Amino acid sequence: MRRVDPAPGAGAARPRGRGGYWLYLVPSLVLFLAIIVVPFLMNVATSFTRWSGVGTPTWIGLDNYTKLFKDERFWASFEHNVALIIAMAVVPTIIGLVLAAALFDYIAKRFGGRTASALRAAFYLPQVLPVAVAGVVWGWMLHPSYGAVNQIFGIEVNWLGDPDIALATVMAIMVWFQLGYPVVIFMAGLQRVDPSLYEAAEIDGASWWRRFWHITIPQIRPEIFVVLLTCTIAALKVFGPIFVLTRGGPGSATMVPSYFSYLNFFQKANVGYGSAIATVLALIIVVVTFLFLRVQEGGQERDQESDS
Amino acid sequence: MNADRTFRQPGRWAVLAALAVLAVVMLFPFVIVTLNAFKSPAEYSAGGPLSLPHGFYLDGIVAFWDRVDFGLKLWNSLLISGVVAVAAVVLSLLNAYALGIGRVRGRLWILVLFLVANTLPQEALVYPLYYLSKEVGLYDSKLAVILIFTVIQAAFGTYLLSSVLGQFPRGILEAAEIDGASRRRMLWGIVVPISRPTLSVLLIFFFIWTWNEFFLPMVFLISNDNQTVPVALGVLQGEKMMDATMSSASALLGIIPAVAFFLIFQRTLTRGVTVGAIK
Repeated sequence: MRRVDPAPGAGAARPRGRGGYWLYLVPSLVLFLAIIVVPFLMNVATSFTRWSGVGTPTWIGLDNYTKLFKDERFWASFEHNVALIIAMAVVPTIIGLVLAAALFDYIAKRFGGRTASALRAAFYLPQVLPVAVAGVVWGWMLHPSYGAVNQIFGIEVNWLGDPDIALATVMAIMVWFQLGYPVVIFMAGLQRVDPSLYEAAEIDGASWWRRFWHITIPQIRPEIFVVLLTCTIAALKVFGPIFVLTRGGPGSATMVPSYFSYLNFFQKANVGYGSAIATVLALIIVVVTFLFLRVQEGGQERDQESDS
Repeated sequence: MNADRTFRQPGRWAVLAALAVLAVVMLFPFVIVTLNAFKSPAEYSAGGPLSLPHGFYLDGIVAFWDRVDFGLKLWNSLLISGVVAVAAVVLSLLNAYALGIGRVRGRLWILVLFLVANTLPQEALVYPLYYLSKEVGLYDSKLAVILIFTVIQAAFGTYLLSSVLGQFPRGILEAAEIDGASRRRMLWGIVVPISRPTLSVLLIFFFIWTWNEFFLPMVFLISNDNQTVPVALGVLQGEKMMDATMSSASALLGIIPAVAFFLIFQRTLTRGVTVGAIK
């Protein structure tokens, strides 16, 4: 593996050459192969078979995938995923932008940094919970018979058990859970914006909304991208809250791909079908990541062009 | 003068009031859970969720603690998250040393591989991992979960730390090299001490992220002796045996460690972020 540095003269000062650094990668590469690469390839291979988890898998080619594309539950689960992207990425980003700008550019200036920090901490607190614990909290709050929400308002709504509103309820819970993340990231991003931009705009008599639209948003575009990307991926992967709150139900009103694959793996013993769902989900996530990074790069190039 | 203006314009107070109301809404579940964890079931049905508890009724919390052996769950979570955090930081450091400072050939592809690994959904790994762990006798063991999360966290850590070490001041390293320092000594004697703030931030993140994990631990840790806090709470949720105040107590027991970590680690995290910004 060792490679002698080809640069003349350098060989004397650096006797081991650059190749020696490879040794530092060996432990990770071994573990990585065993825990990520091989299992992922096994998952892809299994998706072309019918297998109950015991015995020998039967090769069935693309049958799982053709079945998948005709499966209404599968499509419904992706529609729910889109709803969760709205609840976990889009809505928190929009509200988070307004909140971060209001805290940074308004509250901190008029009422002091401490007020702004305290409010930020309050918005952020749900984010520190394990998502399963957040599910436990809301499962209790929304319990149809003894839940605090129904008791306080004197109503009898089955928030998570009524197929018509279960998804909306889960969405609302996820907005509550996610909101703090964009607020904190955006406020950190605003720290590096040149204050003179705001001062100049204020002197020009620009309204708060105009400053928000023309200074805040363009200046923290990198942060907006990061938040949208990470939250979208999180929404595509969402499992814990669905497991804890609804188990995909009632019926399949809140079914998502991750829970759908889990069902096929561990409850229906349709391992091949579960693997196909997981493979499609993985593919979608990789493509979404790639698209985001492309768009972001495009944005940066435009910036550089306009700078020069 | 500024304060003067503030008091004359009621609009400013309206903004503050709106944000304060939102903050109350965000904190509302925490308050309600805490209030009702200290009530007896009779008190809850008589006074409702908003009444203040009459005393410190601990039976709900104690009953839940004993039922799930919560002390053991806390220890399991601490052990798994602690070992993963340390091991993943070490692995990330070794990788980032080779990629960011050693600049080995093909580093871009290796980084892309780690990044893709980090974005992969765990569902696409779970069944083969489940199957393989049974084959090698690691199913339902903490070690299996520790190994898996060490690799998953290290994939992210490598990505982040490589770009940090890529900016490492090369002069220091060259000087050490001329003095005859070995690769290993440069890593532990120079790179580690200088990048300590970043490493401690990574350590905290890995710890909290592993603590918060639910899916893979839920699949792998089926026996009561091995379960972590989120798994124990998540699996018990909605069980018929639980009454209103015991459910509330279980939620509170899940909230307390998470909020405690937040308060303990907050300062290190902010310091880490600031150090990153200055650099």
